[in-house]
Amino acid sequence: MWRVVLGLVGLLALSGLSLFIGVIDLRPSALLRDSEALQLLAVSRAPRLFAVLITGASLAVAGTILQMLVRNRFVEPMTVGTGEGAALGILLVTLYAPAASLFAKIAMASATAFASTAGFLVLARRLPPTQPYMVALVGLVYGGVIGAGVTFVAYQNDLLQMIGVWVTGEFSGVLQGRYETLWLAAVAAVLCFVAADQFSILGLGHAASINLGLNYRQVILFGLLAVSLVSGLTVVSVGIIPFVGLIVPNIVSRMMGDNLRRTLPVIAMTGAGLVLVADILARVLRYPFEMPSATVLGVIGSVVFIWLLYRPARHAP
Amino acid sequence: MISVTGVSHALGGSTVLHDIELEIPKGKVTALIGPNGAGKSTLLSLIARLARHRTGRIMVDELEVGACASNTLARRLAILPQSSEIAPRLTIAELVAFGRYPHHLGRPGKHDREKVAEALTLFDLDGLAQRTLDTVSGGQRQRALLAMIFAQDTDYLLLDEPLNNLDIAASRSLMALLQRLAREHGRTVVIVLHDINYACAYADHIVTMKGGQIGPQGDAETLVDGRLMHDVFGTDAAVHRIGGQTFVAV
Repeated sequence: MWRVVLGLVGLLALSGLSLFIGVIDLRPSALLRDSEALQLLAVSRAPRLFAVLITGASLAVAGTILQMLVRNRFVEPMTVGTGEGAALGILLVTLYAPAASLFAKIAMASATAFASTAGFLVLARRLPPTQPYMVALVGLVYGGVIGAGVTFVAYQNDLLQMIGVWVTGEFSGVLQGRYETLWLAAVAAVLCFVAADQFSILGLGHAASINLGLNYRQVILFGLLAVSLVSGLTVVSVGIIPFVGLIVPNIVSRMMGDNLRRTLPVIAMTGAGLVLVADILARVLRYPFEMPSATVLGVIGSVVFIWLLYRPARHAP
Repeated sequence: MISVTGVSHALGGSTVLHDIELEIPKGKVTALIGPNGAGKSTLLSLIARLARHRTGRIMVDELEVGACASNTLARRLAILPQSSEIAPRLTIAELVAFGRYPHHLGRPGKHDREKVAEALTLFDLDGLAQRTLDTVSGGQRQRALLAMIFAQDTDYLLLDEPLNNLDIAASRSLMALLQRLAREHGRTVVIVLHDINYACAYADHIVTMKGGQIGPQGDAETLVDGRLMHDVFGTDAAVHRIGGQTFVAV
């Protein structure tokens, strides 16, 4: 319990820090007397903070849910084609309905993310459950193939740069009025918490799920929808944020186990904290310039992922 | 009573169950025995709706399997399948608590916690309750799964070779417990067993299966003899009766 409290305090402290980092100098004392400072906070800094927290929390939760659906710890939405699927949706909207609204973009990105994730689930089911790494590898290849398709079509249509801007995960473009749909991802994450027991039972396997009267297909479908919606929303709003959905569930599972009713709040908190740290680093490492948070996370995440792969095999699958 | 009428089932193109007709008596321990590949596990999984039967009808009391809501059946019948599944990182207490899910659907109450505590004590798991499944032995894990099924508090218990992984002491105490559940609590236990001696010693009723069909059935004393061993199992094991008990020499 004290760890959770400590985590919350840390997250609040980082959030406070995040509000006062940026090219425009903003001090806490200025908020009291300077209306321009308040406006900066409301228009840019606070929306950015919320976007970071929601993205981190919901992606970590989505990663956990996906791992329960596939029953494999080495997958996450951005390594099994979900993220690439969302990018495909954005590309299709840009090609065929460039004037479409943000909601149309999100709907399309979520729909294609859903289709690509469902495709991966079908593939993963056919792989031997005794070889967990193979599932992860097939996911990477599958995502890579979709990503290559997106790149090819974008290249053919001179949209490579635009796709690059859309898909690279970073938060500098987040402003008031341009990120609010992300709250839907938070809603999806909360709904996953409501159904936490059902996802935990799903992790016990097909037979145990049926025995406990779970509507197996319905829970799988709900999980797929939640994962796709979170991925679609985050890719459209801030781009592909890698590794959060992979390493956060793994670390929390090692510390607290797999009873999602207990762990999902911690997973959400840790995910939010990780992306927040990455976003702060991205802003201060080459101050006053900014790097994409996804790049920072890529470095942190790949190192942690290698550690996860090479740690003692006792807990492997 | 569980009644199976006209059920056939095919797996991968070959028929594994032929037109099964079977009535399993209520409040008794019924053992399903037969050689490998006889269709025992398949029959059990069809009764427990783990797989869908396409022909015939399976009734558990007034509930028709496949037609009634899965959650309703989960409060009437529980199954422990042959497990080879990967264990998630749950503590034994957490796993057993999931047995109450069909009753509370995510909101456990006082009664649910009592049932979980009772199951943990009954299966001698109090000392292991906070250990995670991936840190205990195969036998302890099996006991934890059994405790979960027990906490589910159903009239019918289907167990597929639950003695796998259990030593002789644990096997005997489990069988005695199942017998008590039937005699004192009126629960119906259906159990797939490989060791016929356990079936003879603890089952009230024995059903044999061979080649996807139901063979002779009855109690140990009248059913099990050298001829049955030959006809059903294709082996010439001698059968002895000592002190009113039936033993198959191995």
